[in-house]
This record gives sequence, C-alpha cells and structure tokens, in this order.
Amino acid sequence: MNSEQPNLNYIKELSGGDQEFEEKMLSILKSELPEEIDTYKNHVEKQEFKQIAEIVHKIKHKISILGLEKSYESAVAYEKELLEGDMKGHTDFLELLTKMSNFLGNA
Amino acid sequence: MNCLIIDDESTARTIVNQLCKSEGSLTVLEEFSNALQAIKYLNQNEVDLIFLDIHMPDFTGFDLIQTLKNPPRIILTTSDQKFAIDAFEYECIVDYLVKPITLPRFVKAVEKAKKFTFSEATQNNSNATKEEAKEEDQQLYINIDRRLIKIEIPSINIVEAKGDYILIKTKDKNYTVHSTLKKIEEKLPNDLFLKVHRSYIINLKKIVDIEDNSVLIEKDVIPVSSSNRSELMKRLNLL
Repeated sequence: MNSEQPNLNYIKELSGGDQEFEEKMLSILKSELPEEIDTYKNHVEKQEFKQIAEIVHKIKHKISILGLEKSYESAVAYEKELLEGDMKGHTDFLELLTKMSNFLGNA
Repeated sequence: MNCLIIDDESTARTIVNQLCKSEGSLTVLEEFSNALQAIKYLNQNEVDLIFLDIHMPDFTGFDLIQTLKNPPRIILTTSDQKFAIDAFEYECIVDYLVKPITLPRFVKAVEKAKKFTFSEATQNNSNATKEEAKEEDQQLYINIDRRLIKIEIPSINIVEAKGDYILIKTKDKNYTVHSTLKKIEEKLPNDLFLKVHRSYIINLKKIVDIEDNSVLIEKDVIPVSSSNRSELMKRLNLL
C-alpha cells in the first residue's frame, strides 16, 4: 500500500472558490462512498467478479477526485484483474477504501 | 452553445456542470444519469453538444450514438483510455476527455467543438437519411400469405375492423390482414387518419362529403359515432 494521502486539491482547483460546488461534491462523496463500499463487500462475499469490477470502476473516479494518483493506477489494474477472474488486489483496495472513508469522515 | 451531460455518476455530472460554468460559453440544458432518458430528450430537442460517458450500465455511450440518426457534436468523458480508438469510428465525436478532467483540457475540447463542422458527406448523408425516414414514414408493410406487401400510406382510404382481421381499402385494391384496428391506428399518421367509429379509421383527405352520422369516402359510406363526431369536425377545414 502506498503512502499518498487523500486531498481536496482537485475539487478546490475546479471550484475556483465556489463554496457551493465544494460542499455539493463533498456531500455526494460522503453519501455515495459508504453505499459503494457495502456493495463492493457484498459482491466480494459472493465472489461475483464482474459486479466487483463494475463497482471498482465506479469508485475509481472518486479515487482520482481525491487526488490519489497511484491508488488510481492500482485500481485500474485491479479492475482489469477482476475481469480476468482474479482478485489479488482485494486487501490493498479495502485498505484504500478505509483511508478514503476516514478522510471524508473528517472533511 | 447548449449542451447535455450524460453520466451515470453524480460526481461526474456535477464536475462537468462546474466545468461548463467555469468555461463560460456553455448552457447546460439537462443532465441525465442514463442514456435512455437522454434519447427521449434528444428526439424532441435541438442540442449542440453532448458530454457523454461511455461506461454506463445497460446502455453505453456508444450504444446511444448508434441510436441517434443525426447525433450532435459529442465529447466523450471516460475513465478508460482504452476506448479512444473506438471513438475515431464516429465522426460526431469531437474529443475524448479522460477523468479526472481539468479545466484547461476541458476548455480545449470545447474550443474544438466550436470549430468542428460535420463533413459534407455527413451533411449529405444526414439529409438523405431524413428523406429516407420521410419516405419510410409514408409506407406500411402488411403480411399476407407470408409475403410482406408494401402499401403507400396516403393511398389508404379506409381501414375497417372485421373480427380478428382488418380490411384495408386503397384507391386500387383491398387487403385483408390478420391484425387489429388499434395496431394499425398506431402505425398511421395522426394528422392524416382518424378513427371515426369503433370499426373504422378513415383518411381525412379522402372525404367527399359528410352527413349527420356518416362520411362518404369515394363510394363508401362510413358511420361516424357521436363521440367521434366533434373530433372529426375539429379536424376539417370548415368555412
């Protein structure tokens, strides 16, 4: 697992000081990510690789929004791996999700 | 320039909307989270530009492009670089933005869209497609003895319900087809045809005269039910 930390640089860059946009983005991230993590875990439990790949794809965009460039690359590789029927990247991905959740919990 | 945003992710829609605001010259008409809703909108409204996500469940961005007869300019927004090659297959695709999209890259894509003109071939194609569509709208294929027979819709005088069959009367010929009045009513243009009785649909242009409860279509007297009479009168060019 790499040491990079989530940040709001991208959101702030896009907002140009537009507070409403920043709040809207954070609110969407805070409400959607926990649901997506649950969906991810459910599919993992059932070993549904295609569905796991779908939800990883969805979360991938949030990873990039939070400025996690290296983790984004790992998620791209993990999504590909899942479509090939493998899930070696699961533990790292789960750690990443926890990192993102904690960050959003304090943002 | 007006535009639509089509993306199943709300974060992505919010970001593109913000980028449109920052760019300054774009008016966002609507946002859609799925392609099917967008198709309905596109069939009824003029749109200059679409920001379109490729990876959507059930109906992808490419599916949407293939559905549209005359797609407007499209800028693809995607997390997957792997679709870039496919994008070159479509002339309407102006640019390809990989998420996370930055403002400078977004502005560049919009500039491209503004300068973009469809090639003459596409324009001609599009005109030809419109003409073809017009012609297709004027024709109806009916199934008789396992043969599909083409009927020019304007040549139909009357359609009469006859149990499990309908009788289609044209100027020169009559056809009996296994179908219902309701089914053929859906296929006929509303501006030309009217159901005047539970068993009859008539071509309004073929009316010779009208009496209290009937119309004369060529040599056929067709009953008009009292509930349909007022609609019939409304549709006529009365002096």
